[in-house]
Amino acid sequence: MAFIPHTRADVESMLAAIGVGSIEQLFDEIPANLRLAALSNVPEALSEMEVGRLMTERARLDGRPLCFIGAGAYEHHIPAAVWAIATRGEFYSAYTPYQAEASQGTLQLLYEYQTMMASLTGMEVSNASLYDGASAMGEACLMAVRANRKSRSRRILVPSTVNPHYRRTAAAVAGNQGLVFEELPYCTEEGCVPAGALARYDGEDITALVIQQPNFFGRLEDVDALCDWAHARNILVVAVVNPTSLALLKPPGEWGSQGANKGADIAVGDGQPLGVPLSSGGPYFGFMTARMEHVRQMPGRIVGRTLDAAGRAGFTLTLQAREQHIRRAKATSNICTNQGLLVTAAAVYLSLMGPAGLERVAAASHARTRELVGALTRVPGVRRLFRGPVFHEEAIALDRPAAPVLEKLAARGILAGLDLAEHYPELGPALLVCATETKTSADIERCAGALAECLREARAA
Amino acid sequence: MSSRLEKPIFEYSVTGRGAEDQWPRDPGTAATDDLPAKLRRGKRPLLPEVSELEAVRHFTRLSQLNFSIDTHFYPLGSCTMKYNPKACNQYAMLPEYLARHPLSPESVGQGFLACMYELQEMLKAVTSMQAVALSPMAGAQGEFAGVAMIRAYHRARGDLERNEIIVPEAAHGTNPATATMCGCVVREVPVDAQGDVDLEALAAAVGPKTAGIMLTNPSTLGVFERRIEEVARMVHAAGGLLYYDGANLNAILGKVRPGDMGFDVVHINLHKTFSTPHGGGGPGAGPVGVSARLAPFLPVPIVGRRGERYCWLTERDLPQSIGRLSGFMGNAGVLLRAYVYMRMLGREGMVKVSEHATLNANYLLAQLTRAGFDAAYPTRRASHELIITLRRQAKELGVTAMDFAKRLLDHGMHAPTTYFPLLVPECLLIEPTETESKAALDAFVAAMGDILAEAVKEPERVTGAPHTMPVRRLDDVRAAKQLDLTWKPAGAHAIPSTS
Repeated sequence: MAFIPHTRADVESMLAAIGVGSIEQLFDEIPANLRLAALSNVPEALSEMEVGRLMTERARLDGRPLCFIGAGAYEHHIPAAVWAIATRGEFYSAYTPYQAEASQGTLQLLYEYQTMMASLTGMEVSNASLYDGASAMGEACLMAVRANRKSRSRRILVPSTVNPHYRRTAAAVAGNQGLVFEELPYCTEEGCVPAGALARYDGEDITALVIQQPNFFGRLEDVDALCDWAHARNILVVAVVNPTSLALLKPPGEWGSQGANKGADIAVGDGQPLGVPLSSGGPYFGFMTARMEHVRQMPGRIVGRTLDAAGRAGFTLTLQAREQHIRRAKATSNICTNQGLLVTAAAVYLSLMGPAGLERVAAASHARTRELVGALTRVPGVRRLFRGPVFHEEAIALDRPAAPVLEKLAARGILAGLDLAEHYPELGPALLVCATETKTSADIERCAGALAECLREARAA
Repeated sequence: MSSRLEKPIFEYSVTGRGAEDQWPRDPGTAATDDLPAKLRRGKRPLLPEVSELEAVRHFTRLSQLNFSIDTHFYPLGSCTMKYNPKACNQYAMLPEYLARHPLSPESVGQGFLACMYELQEMLKAVTSMQAVALSPMAGAQGEFAGVAMIRAYHRARGDLERNEIIVPEAAHGTNPATATMCGCVVREVPVDAQGDVDLEALAAAVGPKTAGIMLTNPSTLGVFERRIEEVARMVHAAGGLLYYDGANLNAILGKVRPGDMGFDVVHINLHKTFSTPHGGGGPGAGPVGVSARLAPFLPVPIVGRRGERYCWLTERDLPQSIGRLSGFMGNAGVLLRAYVYMRMLGREGMVKVSEHATLNANYLLAQLTRAGFDAAYPTRRASHELIITLRRQAKELGVTAMDFAKRLLDHGMHAPTTYFPLLVPECLLIEPTETESKAALDAFVAAMGDILAEAVKEPERVTGAPHTMPVRRLDDVRAAKQLDLTWKPAGAHAIPSTS
């Protein structure tokens, strides 16, 4: 039981070696009045067979609906090799590679991952990952405050077209250190931030500007204009990006047009689209890349290549003087984790996709989303919400409240999109929809047909 | 473990090669003709162009350059490197769980939510707390949530001056780092020669500015804080709250509970006590539990129950919440693995875990002492881990704790934690866990004895270790000074790749 290998004879000889009569005696330093008689509210043990049956029954209860929700988590094809590799015990059950000589596998993989992410985002350096995209945005804002020595305000401008959960997470993660997040309004017709919205901040002390591309609505922001505006005022730019999109879209490192000062200063995002299953929201991983000049302000693990005592190349954790186990209260963050297992999956995924395969995934997802929006907007009472280009996600307007319609569709096994009412009530009844390469024309027709029926029924009722 | 180094995957790349069976069909250029030219990417990213077999072989070979629990004894103190049962992974990776979108409606996910609700209930039971939130994604984020809640609690009462967090000097580095992230000031208190918190120093430290104290019990010194009730009385009397760092919960599971010791808030490292995988550095999960007075401040979302249905509780239900710590609900897949593990342990198994973890640690302490090593706290019981100090060996033989750690690798054993806690000189913090057999422990004691003998006869063998790993000791100074953080094509590199 409990995966304990001891026989009774083992226990007896061990107790004799210690010089006590019972295991109980080993707990004699705990004050007796604090000791627990029995654990109530924990059920009795199940065997593997029994727990397997329970988990399978519960999984069946949830089923596998046809899903057109994106909003920060995307269903992409995951090659079988990805998790076959990631769940190898040598990766799965290893710890943080503190003992570099016995962890070259994990360390080299992280170095390769850093290379891939730096290149994908067009930046110079990458850390070995953070928890997820939302918390990475919070860490990026804290990092911007440390890195921007010309600003003292700790004011961060965040457009309301940035994922609402990211904004809330960043405020929770960074708010206690005196960062002030100021919301930039968006254009309700365009679904993005007009460069004119920034004019009222001219001449003020601002530490950083956050730009999400594509934004929460899937709309493409005018990243060059926003980036130029910020850099002309010594404001650092924090980019929040979808890694799949970067196969087709200009990477943050190339945003703007200011020569040597080109590009975002820090890029973050959620790595989930790169081989990580949806899994109810986690575990995912947050990536973070930056310009080399900011590397000492980065949070999290970083792997470097160096030489061993025999002069051969090898890998080790580096710049550890930034981290909590050395610097304690003065560390860049309290984080110890990198999402190693998820990064393992992502490194395998990116190796199988390569530059051409990732482009295919991005293009096919975009094509399916166009097909989906085309089919849905042919349904009476449904129209596009914003004008202007999107990538692989789009908002559509309905002529009646979305919630009851979504509920009806869910009963038919279709999750047609995310109801925007909670976060953007000013938009009226609206859905955020997304399709990826995993969807077929038949799936899309099924969704559009069901939506038409549900709207007809709602109108009739 | 393999001793053959593997070249970087980029050096297998050939332009035009790829695992095309994995790619979707090409939708043609018309599919993306709506993307404006000025927002498009110009140059392709540097990603490998390899076949599926090349990728599989490369990453499999990399895996063979690692120590892991599945392959090696891994007595890393404070990390609880116990066996990760295969069932936990298999049942968390059923297709329905993997495919579930985090923003799915509650009607799609009653099975999953039932697991999460029951996990919350079990965690309440083992910690004696009133409410639990599962969303913190690691121990450090759990700590952050805990201290943020303590701050929010004081603020909500209009008690605005309390910004000091007390930590014992032996605390994990995350404790003071967390306090800083929460905008608090850290006050360290010493521990006495027996490893208990110095109560006189604590009495001098607490006061009207005290927000709270962060403690691990058993402490990072591998001993139980015996006067915990007195500590709780003093901190509470000063108006502060007690934070329990759950790093060492494996030592006391089912024996004594943080809530019963007087703690107001706890985090639990599911990747330690509840055996979810460490994955080479993550993911973890650090759920937090709180007493009733902190419950309004929990991070959201939380799983609730209305009648027979499970539902999400969000900002609307907890308007005083410290907010969200992740994009969705945290590391759901890790939580599922912990749920499976806890159901397999059951209430009987949980007690067996702490009993055998403690038995193994005390047995190692006894046997290592017999083999000539010095316990850091010789008069104390070990908890689930123990500390030996090699101060004498370092002085007499010139062989340090780091040398012992590296030489253990040659014996096929992962090193214990070295040089933590900082206040014990030349220390090894050793945590065998309950899933190791007596034979494995005996082999470790024998290896330590061999290294000690070698340190007398042939110290350079020890100070030059490891000798059998794929690489020798690495030059950390060079790594930090001549930063090489990404692979570059041939010619651009300072260090030639090995192949």
